[in-house]
Amino acid sequence: MEFDKPATTNPIDQLKVVGKPVHRIDGESKTTGRAIYAYEWHDPKVAYAYGYPVGSSIAKGRVLSIDSAAVRKAPGVLGVVTTLDVGDLEKGKYNTAKLFGGSEVQHYHQAVAVVIAETFEQARAAAALIRIDYAAEKGRFDLKAEKTSAKTPEPSTEPESAAGDFQAAFSAAPITLDAEYTTPDQSHAMMEPHASIAAWNGDEITLWTSSQMIDWWRTDLATTLGIEKEKVHLMSPFIGGGFGGKLFLRADAVLAALAAKKIGRPVKVALPRPMIPNNTTHRPATIQRIRIGAERSGKITAIAHESWSGDLPGGGPEPAVMQTRLLYAGENRITAMKLATLDLPEGNAMRAPGEAPGLMALEIAMDEMAEKLGMDPIEFRILNDTQVDPENPERPFSYRDLVGCLKLGAQKFGWDKRPRTGTKREGNWMVGMGVAAAFRNNLVMPSGARVKLDAEGTVTVETDMTDIGTGSYTIIAQTAAEMMGVTVDKVAVQLGDSRFPVSAGSGGQFGANSATSGVYAACVKLREAITAKLGINSTDVVFEDGQVKSGSRVVSLAEAAGPDGLVGEDTMEWGDLTKTHQQSTFGGHFVEVGVDVATGETRIRRMLAVCAAGRILNPITARSQVIGAMTMGAGGALMEELSVDTRHGFFVNHDLAGYEVPVHADIPHQEVIFLDETDPYSSPMKAKGVGELGLCGVSAAIANAIYNATGVRVRDYPITLDKLLEKLPDVA
Amino acid sequence: MRAFSYERATSVEAAAKAAARNPEAKFIAGGTNILDLMKLEIEQPSHLIDVNGLGLDTIEKTSDGGLRIGAFVRNTDLAANETVRRDYALLSRALVAGASGQLRNKATTAGNLLQRTRCPYFYDPNQPCNKRQPGSGCSAIGGFTRQLGVVGVSDACIATHPSDMAVAMRALDAVVETTGATGEKRAIPIADLHRLPGDTPHIETVLERGELITGVVLPKPAGGKHIYRKVRDRASYAFALVSVGAVVHPDGTGSIAIGGIAPKPWRIEAAESELPKGARTASAILLADARPTEHNRFKVDLVERTLGAVLAEARG
Ligand SMILES: Cc1cc2nc3c(=O)[nH]c(=O)nc-3n(C[C@H](O)[C@H](O)[C@H](O)COP(=O)(O)OP(=O)(O)OC[C@H]3O[C@@H](n4cnc5c(N)ncnc54)[C@H](O)[C@@H]3O)c2cc1C
Ligand code: SF4
Repeated sequence: MEFDKPATTNPIDQLKVVGKPVHRIDGESKTTGRAIYAYEWHDPKVAYAYGYPVGSSIAKGRVLSIDSAAVRKAPGVLGVVTTLDVGDLEKGKYNTAKLFGGSEVQHYHQAVAVVIAETFEQARAAAALIRIDYAAEKGRFDLKAEKTSAKTPEPSTEPESAAGDFQAAFSAAPITLDAEYTTPDQSHAMMEPHASIAAWNGDEITLWTSSQMIDWWRTDLATTLGIEKEKVHLMSPFIGGGFGGKLFLRADAVLAALAAKKIGRPVKVALPRPMIPNNTTHRPATIQRIRIGAERSGKITAIAHESWSGDLPGGGPEPAVMQTRLLYAGENRITAMKLATLDLPEGNAMRAPGEAPGLMALEIAMDEMAEKLGMDPIEFRILNDTQVDPENPERPFSYRDLVGCLKLGAQKFGWDKRPRTGTKREGNWMVGMGVAAAFRNNLVMPSGARVKLDAEGTVTVETDMTDIGTGSYTIIAQTAAEMMGVTVDKVAVQLGDSRFPVSAGSGGQFGANSATSGVYAACVKLREAITAKLGINSTDVVFEDGQVKSGSRVVSLAEAAGPDGLVGEDTMEWGDLTKTHQQSTFGGHFVEVGVDVATGETRIRRMLAVCAAGRILNPITARSQVIGAMTMGAGGALMEELSVDTRHGFFVNHDLAGYEVPVHADIPHQEVIFLDETDPYSSPMKAKGVGELGLCGVSAAIANAIYNATGVRVRDYPITLDKLLEKLPDVA
Repeated sequence: MRAFSYERATSVEAAAKAAARNPEAKFIAGGTNILDLMKLEIEQPSHLIDVNGLGLDTIEKTSDGGLRIGAFVRNTDLAANETVRRDYALLSRALVAGASGQLRNKATTAGNLLQRTRCPYFYDPNQPCNKRQPGSGCSAIGGFTRQLGVVGVSDACIATHPSDMAVAMRALDAVVETTGATGEKRAIPIADLHRLPGDTPHIETVLERGELITGVVLPKPAGGKHIYRKVRDRASYAFALVSVGAVVHPDGTGSIAIGGIAPKPWRIEAAESELPKGARTASAILLADARPTEHNRFKVDLVERTLGAVLAEARG
């Protein structure tokens, strides 16, 4: 099915199941431990072996030799596969850094060997005996130092945009801001580490793994191993969090596959936690410069957003300027990204790539500008709202209610009680409120599904879509139930298996809307198969109560299916509605913080998010996404930072003791409000992504609240107490 | 983790003797620190002597009105003990500010005192570290040092001792009781237990090989206000950037120990007579020899400000 015209009324609009607060259908299997995650697949008849990876101890250079004599003699060892043994492997399409093979070292903790033994403990102990000689080379590890050498990246990354004459308008503007902001490298820090089990059967491989994108992994694993894609079967039905860290094939999969081949037995490989931050991808640090010029009335006349980030050769920039192309009006504008070469681990997508760090900067800048103008920051944003793409004014937004989010949020949060900067004290706490706009584009991806109806009247959905904790199982069941006129308990959902139709996968907040649209398309096919079989006119047919009704004729779905059952399969493809109409999601984040006047510790007291993101398919799972994202925003604002050792080129705090993410005590009551809306331009579901929207802008709202509390403006994230201390009032 | 042999000690003397006999032996109590370090091969004992079965898990009054805490009293039990909460509230507060509930259920008094540093370079076996591998150099100096020490440090090592409990015990004038390999007993004032790194940062305490901590004795209650203020980047489950353990008397005098800044709980008695003058004077004495790095210079200011807040709270 191609979605190329705005949706009209369709069966989803009945909203008997879709839009209802249905509890997770996979919840019980998770809370009772029956959901099987990658490392836990266990067939008692199979003698699994264990692979323990070895990471490079240098950041750049060559592996000269690997001495594994002692390893091979260690108890339980079944084999060793080294990067020199396997030689150069072809790199997957989605990988920037190579995962394994050959002598070149591109980054710290790059996999250089895997030691295989009968038990995990034996493999780990033996791995410590490996001796590796390296020729280290000088690398570039410091973004600040490399900033001047940064270049405009490839045109495919859309590095630049412009409209009007920024320079002239900025020079002419009576009120201007020109400020620099920085965001640090960050790690996904998902709960479940990267893990895979590989089992070969002749020249075919089955891989149980933890992947957000089944087809990308399958393709890239085949490429890396030099085999045909058809020979790869991938299974990833449950994923313990990904946040972008499991979008692309990772070393655990390659090592497990090569190890299993080597010893002729299935092998399990998990990346040890301290290896994850440097072995895998991370969100790259940025340096951002924002200039805004406005009339005294507050109308923006000029806006410029530039961003510098770094990556390995062949990599891309962190697209931190993207939202600035669309969020606010202003006739004269430029955005630009610059990319430096860095020999740190690969930078790539993490939790709302682009918008998350971009809004961290832009939404502080808006707060600063409002202050210069003597305006309320919400009024300033509302004044500069736009209903069209400001770079291409002939292109409207499909639906945009940023103003509604800000107004409702202000009212619910008690924004009118926001104190004057630096004036409100409660005991030792300096108290302040902050606001930021949330903005994230609504992406769509082709997505396929197969829907089966059996003689019991059970509907089974099969798609290689993944559920990374987001609720995919549940919203897919709701979609199929709505389309086929059954209750959710009559729907079985099978995900994460490469034998199923290729779906959107999970990422970029495109999963929910795209994958349910694919299920919609397959259900349309199944409905057609049913009506064709029954010989009834498909225009006046109703699917409800487990029955097919046409005029006076009523047939149960079970009966319609018959002993052989019926199948509908289709892929949702997307026409050019995303080109003619800008599709985005919007929100307002409101935060109240307390800052300890003596120590500078910031503790969040209240958080509210108001989201406008099309139809909400399930308010429970959507809320869960948004509060999780707000928590990530709190981490980004207050603590998350991979600290770079710029001498040796690695992230120093590479475990969960050193890389702090929020704990429960950091997160206060969180409130989430969804505006009641539908967007017929987005899909037949009239829904949009919401998961990443919840993160976009949160950190800036916190930063602005800290400013309101203390009068200290910090432009370098995370806002740890050492950045406030010197400017706080004297207490001694 | 290297393969190791394991025994359960049957008596204090036998445990000490067994440990002295085998230079590669280590005691294991709660195991919350040593096992983590063994997995990374930072500790590589070939033999573990499990001391959990030795008893020494009671809290009893001493004849002179003090308190004897068994070496293997769990942190949770110690923090919850009624006498501790009433008479040594500082200790209870410091304990519950540390680690997590699950860890405190396992962690012991002795193990907590002897837990090793959290320097991130110490934790990465690829990086040179004088504490882990004597003479290999210190990677932290010149690197990422935000968490590390500002005072009592040396050119060989700038790591801190991370314990919260030990800070409280230092302010409370605790005495550590031990039994050595030949059965001799020692009472070591906690001030003397941990050594400064000098050029041998791998030697962290004055304990001899095989010497077993059997308990900690607190003097009779000192009264005063007991405050433990732990400053950190997140609200829970993080090591201190700076912590202040304080017993403050109505006349403004008291005892103060600082955590998060030094290779041992940091206390300078001379600073305490200046307490009535305020935090600035006292912290100037505490940090007179400070040699912070660019990353952790803020700790100097933070000590003064946190101490100021603690003294203000004590004045109440
Ligand atoms: C995630 C995490 C967070 C933490 N956060 C904090 C925190 O915020 N604040 C804090 O203070 N601590 C914190 N800790 C550290 C924790 O307090 C220690 O791990 C614990 O106290 C160690 O006690 P244990 O009994 O488990 O020691 P073990 O691991 O059993 O032993 C530690 C050392 O002491 C030796 N030893 C044990 N008993 C004796 C004895 N009787 N005589 C001689 N030697 C002995 C062992 O040989 C070993 O070298 C944290 C730990 C973890 C893992
Ligand atoms: S500071 Fe001490 S523990 Fe850290 S790397 Fe240097 S020597 Fe090792």
